[in-house]
Amino acid sequence: MIHGAGGRATAELIRTLFRRHLDNSLLAQGNDQAAFAVKAGRMVMTTDAHVIAPLFFPGGDIGSLAVHGTINDVAMAGARPLYLSAAFVLEEGFPLADLDRIVASMAAASRAAGVPIVTGDTKVVEKGKGDGVFITTTGIGVVPDGVEISGDRARPGDMVLLSGSIGDHGIAVLSKRENLTFETEILSDSAALHTLVADMVAAVPGIRVLRDPTRGGLGATLNEIAQQSRVGIRLDEAAIPIKPDVSAACELLGLDPLYIANEGKLIAIAPPDKAQLLLAAMRAHPLARDAAIIGEAMQDPHAFVQMRTRFGGNRMVDWLAGDPLPRIC
Amino acid sequence: MADADDIKGVSIRVRGLVQGVGFRPHVWRIARELWLTGDVLNDAEGVLIRAFGPRAALDAFIAALADRAPPLARVECIETAPLNGPAPDMFRIVESGAGDVTTGIVPDAATCPACLADIRDPENRRYRYPFTNCTHCGPRLSIVRAIPYDRATTSMAAFEMCPACRAEYEDPADRRFHAQPNACPVCGPRLWLEGADGAALPLRGARDEIEAAAALIRDGAIVAIKGIGGFHLACDAANEDAVTRLRAGKRRSGKPLALMARNVAMVTRYAHIAPPERAALESAAAPIVLLSRRADAPPLASSIAPGQTTLGFMLPYTPLHHLLMEALPGPIVLTSGNVSDEPQSIANDDARERLSEIADAFLMHDRDIVNRLDDSVVRLAAGRVRTVRRARGLAPAPLPLPLFQGAPAVLAMGAELKSTFCLASGGRAIVSQHIGDLEDAATHADCRANLALYKRLFRFAPDVVAVDAHPDYHATRLGEALAAERGLPIARVLHHHAHVAAVMAEHGEPLDATPVLGIAFDGLGMGDDVPDQPALEAPHLSTGKLIDNKGERSDAFQRTHRPLWGGEFLVADYRACRRVASFAPVPLIGGAKAMREPWRNLLAHLDVALGWDEASARFGDLSILRRLAAKPVAPALQMMARGVNAPPASSAGRLFDAVAAALGICFDEATYEGQAAVELEALAASVRCRDFGRWPIAARKLPSRGMGEDGGPIRLGWGELWQAVLDDLARDAPPAIVAARFHAFLADTVADTARALARRDGLRRIVLCGGVFHNRLLLEGVLERLAGDFEVLAPALCPAGDGAISLGQAVIAAARAIPASPR
Ligand SMILES: [Fe+3]
Ligand SMILES: [Mg+2]
Ligand SMILES: [Zn+2]
Ligand SMILES: [Zn+2]
Repeated sequence: MIHGAGGRATAELIRTLFRRHLDNSLLAQGNDQAAFAVKAGRMVMTTDAHVIAPLFFPGGDIGSLAVHGTINDVAMAGARPLYLSAAFVLEEGFPLADLDRIVASMAAASRAAGVPIVTGDTKVVEKGKGDGVFITTTGIGVVPDGVEISGDRARPGDMVLLSGSIGDHGIAVLSKRENLTFETEILSDSAALHTLVADMVAAVPGIRVLRDPTRGGLGATLNEIAQQSRVGIRLDEAAIPIKPDVSAACELLGLDPLYIANEGKLIAIAPPDKAQLLLAAMRAHPLARDAAIIGEAMQDPHAFVQMRTRFGGNRMVDWLAGDPLPRIC
Repeated sequence: MADADDIKGVSIRVRGLVQGVGFRPHVWRIARELWLTGDVLNDAEGVLIRAFGPRAALDAFIAALADRAPPLARVECIETAPLNGPAPDMFRIVESGAGDVTTGIVPDAATCPACLADIRDPENRRYRYPFTNCTHCGPRLSIVRAIPYDRATTSMAAFEMCPACRAEYEDPADRRFHAQPNACPVCGPRLWLEGADGAALPLRGARDEIEAAAALIRDGAIVAIKGIGGFHLACDAANEDAVTRLRAGKRRSGKPLALMARNVAMVTRYAHIAPPERAALESAAAPIVLLSRRADAPPLASSIAPGQTTLGFMLPYTPLHHLLMEALPGPIVLTSGNVSDEPQSIANDDARERLSEIADAFLMHDRDIVNRLDDSVVRLAAGRVRTVRRARGLAPAPLPLPLFQGAPAVLAMGAELKSTFCLASGGRAIVSQHIGDLEDAATHADCRANLALYKRLFRFAPDVVAVDAHPDYHATRLGEALAAERGLPIARVLHHHAHVAAVMAEHGEPLDATPVLGIAFDGLGMGDDVPDQPALEAPHLSTGKLIDNKGERSDAFQRTHRPLWGGEFLVADYRACRRVASFAPVPLIGGAKAMREPWRNLLAHLDVALGWDEASARFGDLSILRRLAAKPVAPALQMMARGVNAPPASSAGRLFDAVAAALGICFDEATYEGQAAVELEALAASVRCRDFGRWPIAARKLPSRGMGEDGGPIRLGWGELWQAVLDDLARDAPPAIVAARFHAFLADTVADTARALARRDGLRRIVLCGGVFHNRLLLEGVLERLAGDFEVLAPALCPAGDGAISLGQAVIAAARAIPASPR
């Protein structure tokens, strides 16, 4: 990349690069906005700014992550994602080859998900004022009638389900960034979860809560839900899926997998009598073959999250104020 | 009777531990002996007496109040004032009304000699009755639910006294007058013996359930026994198989197990007992006393205290224990009834559920334990019996504080792993019993329940909540929630400042005491680069490496990076502290994991001291280095180099771990907190000769003026130490000698550094504190080296470790609320 914002040559390069990968009829109209018709109903809208180091990691890159992350945020309302937008902040000097790879990856992710990127923007900032590339994606979607999913709807007695193993993404990114090698390469679980959600909602329209345990991991996300719903949550450690290599990496690193980010997993909370039905629907989907019931909501005015450990004890699963810092003396 | 003209009146105020201990009947009895008239009552401040009689009799009366006080009473002060008015014609005890306030609750106390005589006397109606007690002994804190401390507010409420017990209870001349747990076989709690399946067990010819349980123990069974503060698991201490089974069931591999012996004579067969240790064993608190094991002791199961030179003994402290031990020929293991680090069971159903896999039988009773109390632990060091764990028998006795005029009432939340909380107001501090690791959910709930109970028992309404500077301590969170609920200010206290202040308070240092040199050594606590910083700064945006936030670099509110401390020299008073020297920081590879796996500390220390490459080039042939090389060294070094969950910490505890690991102690893992350090101390203590050869390392020279160029504290690095350790190992020096040399070297370093700093800054008093000073060799070594030249204050009433943090937080928060008087 040679010029700052507005350079004619750069603008042209970028336009062709984006056009080449992200081709759809709405974008092709060349307007400053995408115009489309929607059916009446409840809409959801979400936005997410993506910054990550490294930009490319085992199992994904910032491009696919920016698509999956926003699709998932839409889907966690039980909604069907319709369209995405994408805004890029590029740092002067960023290799065009890398940009090409990222946009190609976004396009592939968007195409695979069937959710087109219909509008976007690009800015270039001076060298040193950015970190390679930042991508902000916005998504909209439509919620099927009769579906009402929200973080404050968990009730005591409800079951907590998880769609698969935890910690894959965070460990994959960390090991790539810090050049840590483990026995086997750990891949990010980055994935678009909306088709899984569609199957789940079809099976159990009365799902109460859906959320993807991204930043802060399962621990932080369940604390958020517990607070929002004013219920306690009791987890069963033995029921929480985790891959042996991720578990071994966490052992070595001294990190608690409960607090490690995921990008292709979801938590579902459902009434107890629907839990088995929901579990079956999840396991029938390729992205949730390892789904499990990992705990239940309880009456608790303190809204504590606790976990029954493998040794039979119960441990407080608190949120963290920041980086994990050792507490014990 | 004297003439009416000679009769004087006096009002007498008695303060201290004078309620619920038989103090009013004591007053009544003396008054009657001396033919005085008047009355005595309990109120919010203690005991108030109005007495009338001749001058000489009144003087004798006042003297006898303290001199002949009941065993559990502690008279702190007696104030008198002349009283006018007509003398009544008799002396009465005024009943406490429902609205009256009591001043608290005393600790549970071991069975007194009089009650012991009762249960041993075949003619007595309490012969062999396991729940016998009186005003001088028996359960207190463990059975109380609310105030006033009255039978109805205890778990004895369920048992209605028979006429005989009622008569004792109402007779001021009886030693069971107002003994709330008073009971007898007719009306009181009842004992039974059941199997792991819940079915009643036959007595098989035994006289009663206790003898039947003793027979089971003799035969190698594990019996769960419901005690005062919780369930215990008991087995024959000489039966290797039973002890091994007990350990496996509890999932407790290394931590020493406590023992109970019938009497001091029995303990003496196994361990050396100095007079202060004997006094501790036989005290009403009846703690576990860590004693030095005799070389010629009769055999005990080897797994009782692996890697130790000490044995933890206690004596029977309930009639049940006495009767049980009288039926057994030797000591028993008596350890908390729990699995691994959970709190011990207190309820029958919970015990059945959690302990049925471990215990072959249950000796149960139907008096509820309301408040969980672990056994207290003490140890003699440098001539004083020092508290290691303060719980049954010691809590909640108030600690007198230097009176801070106008200080607010402070609720201090304590630390994380050996947590206690503290209520401080009006010149006294109530420190809770040891509660434990707050990450455990049951312990967390226990802590909340105890907080509520203590606030009720002591009618405590805090003005300030004090918490540790560590934002992720559960205790900190609890304190923040409580403060938010009531709109109270929060005082955040640096962990090691709290350690120092706790010892100052215990030693009665006044509010405006001149600063001390505080030496605080422990595993870890939140520190601060900014000296004299009372609280965490407001959160602000900062970038830092994030591990769990999608790998993002700069998107979150984070705390600023704050250092982790653990080997600190602080110049401190109650209000502030300034770090003047510290151990050089060494990364904790894997954060808290470093505490569990000492090899990580060895690797980190070697890398910092010599560089891993150089260490392996020069000492790679040593078996310990080969063992280390077989660990995942490459990723661990990478973690250090990249700062991936490898926070630098100036931790003294981790230095002990590293040296222990170098000697092969707990190399792979420590199964309980401090295990590596404890076993290293035991190894060093096994060297009996005093001439084991010191390392030729010159005393440290400090800069003559001020701090280093950057104004930071002096750093104590460990390069020479590691050189010496590896040289010793290369020469095949026995590990015990290396351990002894390490302790001597550390004591030298600490003493030299302290001496130089204290001289430079004109300090006369030195405080030793932090869990590392539970190490007797280090404590005595440092004291020995400094005692002649300085006043050295070391903890005794409160633990050196984190059990004292709440006390330190409380006095610091209180002191900060009072403006300093000009010096
Ligand atoms: Fe500490
Ligand atoms: Mg979002
Ligand atoms: Zn007694
Ligand atoms: Zn009775």
